[in-house]
Amino acid sequence: MTSHSKKENNAVSVSEMIAQNKQKKSFHNFNEKSIPVFLFLLASITILTTIGILYTLISEAIHFFMEVPILDFFTGTELKPLSQDPQFGILPLLNGTLISSIIAILVAGPIGLMSAIYLSEYASDKVRRVLKPLLEVLAGIPTIVYGFFAFTFVTPIIRAIWPQVEATNILSPGLVMGVMIIPMIASLSEDAMSSVPNRIREGSLAMGTTRLETTFKVVIPAALSGIIASFVLAISRAIGETMIVTIASGSSKNFTFDLTQSMQTMTAYIVEVSGGEAPAGSTLHYSLYAVALTLFAFTLIMNLLAKYVSRKFREEY
Amino acid sequence: MAKSQAVMRQPNKINARVRINTFWKSIFFLSTLFGLFVLAILIYRVVADGMAWLDLSFLTSRLSTDPNTAGISGAILGTLWVMLVVIPVTLIVGVGTAIYLEMYAKKGFMKSIIETNIANLAGVPSIVYGLLGLTVFVRLMAFGNVVLAGGLTLSLLVLPILVVSAQEALRAVPGYLEEASYGMGATKWQTIRRIILPAAIPSILTGAILAMSRAIGETAPLTVLGIPALLIPLPGGLFDTFTALPMQIYYWTLDSSLVAEYANLAAATIIVLLVILFILNSIAIFIRNKYQQSY
Repeated sequence: MTSHSKKENNAVSVSEMIAQNKQKKSFHNFNEKSIPVFLFLLASITILTTIGILYTLISEAIHFFMEVPILDFFTGTELKPLSQDPQFGILPLLNGTLISSIIAILVAGPIGLMSAIYLSEYASDKVRRVLKPLLEVLAGIPTIVYGFFAFTFVTPIIRAIWPQVEATNILSPGLVMGVMIIPMIASLSEDAMSSVPNRIREGSLAMGTTRLETTFKVVIPAALSGIIASFVLAISRAIGETMIVTIASGSSKNFTFDLTQSMQTMTAYIVEVSGGEAPAGSTLHYSLYAVALTLFAFTLIMNLLAKYVSRKFREEY
Repeated sequence: MAKSQAVMRQPNKINARVRINTFWKSIFFLSTLFGLFVLAILIYRVVADGMAWLDLSFLTSRLSTDPNTAGISGAILGTLWVMLVVIPVTLIVGVGTAIYLEMYAKKGFMKSIIETNIANLAGVPSIVYGLLGLTVFVRLMAFGNVVLAGGLTLSLLVLPILVVSAQEALRAVPGYLEEASYGMGATKWQTIRRIILPAAIPSILTGAILAMSRAIGETAPLTVLGIPALLIPLPGGLFDTFTALPMQIYYWTLDSSLVAEYANLAAATIIVLLVILFILNSIAIFIRNKYQQSY
């Protein structure tokens, strides 16, 4: 009697188990099919971001170029967006952007490269393991902090030495921006130099050269593509940098090469105009997007150039 | 004869070359220290300017035009609210994208398009994201300059960082774990959810924290969104206006030419911001060291 009921019990549970299993399977099948679709949708958000950026910049910039001829925009040396007879020439902004970036790369280029040489060619493993992360702390400091530093510390020092310098000027943010991108050049160049195989270095040293000679005649030529790429990326970073120049370089729209004066960069213009509540639909408002599109194009070209240089001219061992 | 003279002269020449080498070695060393030197001055200046102003009442009081009573409770709360948007959005989208790219996407057109696109997005200046946020979230979706708009804008900005680090984390999980799981009859999603993700989570978290600290310090996109630093009510939800720590620093720095004490307030706020970033990074390093598994 008991065995009979047990049997029946078993029979039921087996058929139940089969049914359950089927259900489970269809659930798994559903999961296996739907999850990749869901994940693909998530992945396409990054594509949508790019499309969104391009679409907003281009569609709004077109409005701008319908009112301001594209040639006037790119060749105009006068930027007077708020005057009675508004002028929209981007050259003052391009000028400010390029000058601040050039100052930055003049600081960061030599110092970053020499740091890379020290870390890659001279420092012992122990020293490198301490110095490299410390140097990278510089890259992790928010740019607003550098802006504060440039405005309240570096500018007063420069003015004490060189009294003609104005309270807002292009020199101080340029220098501070240079310090900010040192770790970028140092780190990327060091990576490029460390990836030069040791046998080449040792071959050179065995010929009786010093470390210095090996570095400049063997290692740097071999790592040149990576080093140039790091410079290009650093310049692109400087071009897109916003807060340091917004705070410390002011908003003068003069077309000048005088480092002691305030100059506005493309990024600082975007901050000024968007913060000033430009009425939607005005030429002033659309000018934001034209400037941003130019900025976007510049940085994109620099980034693609860096990638091209490091791929095309890489020495393979 | 000439040959032996050359050999005789060699030691001198070598000495000179070695001296040049030693000289340049110290130059290289000094330029490495230069960056650290500036870092030290920067931190010293900020602490010297701000430490005296940093006390409990500064952290807990509301914003005020009077430097003596002004506090940053609104900015701290605003930053917390924004992170409440950024953290889930970037984690879900970022890890999801990484799983898709590493586990599902077949090598080919689509995968390379998405990956190239992410690499390029990482190089787009942050202020351009601000304009995207202004156009899409603030105006088109008509959120206004609220927590949600700021959070979504910052999420898009740090997404590439998280995707790349999550991809690396997933790639680092050894293939035999995956194979063993399939061998036991597990499906692909079961394998990902129960084997690969748990093994990769410490590295993913490290990347996520680094992305967070980038988002916390970011100012430029918020200035474009029109985030104010006025006497606004404290934010209590996703659709409230807010200010954030970096915005507070920005406005106080700008106004320091009018009221000198504002520079001290800005410095005190910078200390708070840097301490938060330092804690976040320490947690990231701790997780990396503690859970670094060697298979």
